[in-house]
Amino acid sequence: MALLKTVDLGVAFGGLKALSGLDLELEAGELVGLIGPNGAGKTTVFNLLTGEFAPSQGEILFDGRRLGHLKPHQVNRLGIARTFQNIRLFRGLTVVENVEVALHARMAPGFLATLFRLPAWYEREAAVEARALELLELMGLRPYARQLARNLPYGLQRRLEIARALASRPKLLLLDEPAAGMNPQESRALMELIRAIRERFQLTILLIEHDMSVVMGVCERIVVLDHGVEIARGTPEEIRRNPRVIEAYLGEEASADAS
Amino acid sequence: MVRRYLRAGNLAVCALLVATFLAGQVAIASGWLNPYYQVQLFSMGINVILAVSLNLINGFTGQFSLGHAGFMAVGAYTAAVATTRWGLPFAAAVLLAAAASAVMGLLVGVPTLRLRGDYLAIATLGFGEILRSILYNVDYVGGATGLLGIPRLTTWPWLFALTVVTVLAVKNLVNSTRGLALKAVRDDEIAAEDAGVDTTRTKVLAFVLGAVFAGIGGALYAHYFFVIQPTTFSFLKSFEILVYVVLGGLGSITGSVVSATALTLLSAALQQLAALRMVLYGLVLVLLMIFRTGGLFGTWELSFEAIGQAWAWLFHRRPPAGDRAPLTAAASSPGSATLPDLPEVTRDGAPQDR
Repeated sequence: MALLKTVDLGVAFGGLKALSGLDLELEAGELVGLIGPNGAGKTTVFNLLTGEFAPSQGEILFDGRRLGHLKPHQVNRLGIARTFQNIRLFRGLTVVENVEVALHARMAPGFLATLFRLPAWYEREAAVEARALELLELMGLRPYARQLARNLPYGLQRRLEIARALASRPKLLLLDEPAAGMNPQESRALMELIRAIRERFQLTILLIEHDMSVVMGVCERIVVLDHGVEIARGTPEEIRRNPRVIEAYLGEEASADAS
Repeated sequence: MVRRYLRAGNLAVCALLVATFLAGQVAIASGWLNPYYQVQLFSMGINVILAVSLNLINGFTGQFSLGHAGFMAVGAYTAAVATTRWGLPFAAAVLLAAAASAVMGLLVGVPTLRLRGDYLAIATLGFGEILRSILYNVDYVGGATGLLGIPRLTTWPWLFALTVVTVLAVKNLVNSTRGLALKAVRDDEIAAEDAGVDTTRTKVLAFVLGAVFAGIGGALYAHYFFVIQPTTFSFLKSFEILVYVVLGGLGSITGSVVSATALTLLSAALQQLAALRMVLYGLVLVLLMIFRTGGLFGTWELSFEAIGQAWAWLFHRRPPAGDRAPLTAAASSPGSATLPDLPEVTRDGAPQDR
């Protein structure tokens, strides 16, 4: 059975149909790319999957449960974590604290234990910190653990977002343009990282990306959106040649040349 | 298990607290501290409670509340009614005040915490004013005259203990994983929600806890100053508390304690100047805000690590090590990092700019 399945999923804001009729299916362990021109509705898909928006049509099935009416934190606890296109870190917290926030829901000690520092508090806090540092180690962020997140260089901030997402032990990881603003070397390193964390955490990944070398290099399947509608799906090779995709990206003439 | 509570730091803090308590007790009992200064001392304690509890809401959780005097009023009136009308002991009155404020915090918080920034500020301001109008018109609590002849049950041990409990509870909360959830909500609510933090619950929790301590502050106030009236808890009182918090630094408990103490003293010292008093008071605020935009202390906290760092900087010319000291020994053990550490800052010459 598919880990994630959307049936006729769509959302409209007033008269604007940001997304309509999306049927998406992700098998466990897959790495799927979601591409499309600007304004195609890619991030809208993420916002629907995480519960940021409530769908106005269709439904979302995740791991045998219906989402759609759940709040983002509930969706997160069921096993979907995301990163953001424009980085959203907790800027006033340190690197390790950013990860600890994501551990809070599962591991935080009780409220009274916290207020009065009961013995349980010490054990739990130590466990939370150890787990956070372990994740930082894995993402190569261990040396920066005590720095403020806002002081990290851009590329490391992106890494920290991924580390934070991993901290909530997701089954499905949604990456929103992780390679944005990276140079080719950094993008390559990022591809390696994405592959590595998929292995290590047995993740299913849905990836929005504009950098075609990353999308083509790492994704097994690709879904293409344009104007809120799916226009193609297939392997990277199929997508590369699909005239509708070329048209959506480059306009009609280019597609005529290609075919 | 017991040993972790017997660390040098905790023992030092306990020793300091006991010493302060005894000094206060002796000063009051021997009459060395005359009644005028006693009033200032008690005001300081109550203001510290109010400032620290408001900082939990405004500074650490980032929810701009202007209704703190309202919660103080709930506590003050509840406690005063409990002792004068129902003849309950003071301890019960304080507990009742805390409970009533908690309920009020929940009632106000659940609907208003959906609002952000300015809107929340206006809504909480409205709450304070509604409450005041109600108190004006309920004869059972004295209407405009207020409640008179409340027994002076707020003694030095009560004041000291409740101030310490407030400060420690808030400190324990904000320096913990649960506290991180509060700060995450402050820094980025959307990201917090997506990281699994129930932001609504977190905000309401902070709001209710802040209200509880404000209520306790109100109970202490009512039983020290004999009289409470609706006008005591006008929005001016809320602003006064807000000034302590902003001036000390949104997100610094140390800042709230110091500024609540210092401004109480300053306000008392300027009393002799009559007309000039508010001018000078205002001038101090304006200047501080110009030269220290983040408040006196920003988000800095007094701690043994901070003292150690200051010491190292002063006497060994070593720059501060990091933004936060490790919690566990494992965290700082060498060799736990596979990647190379950041380059050490050289020790020659003046401390580096950070």
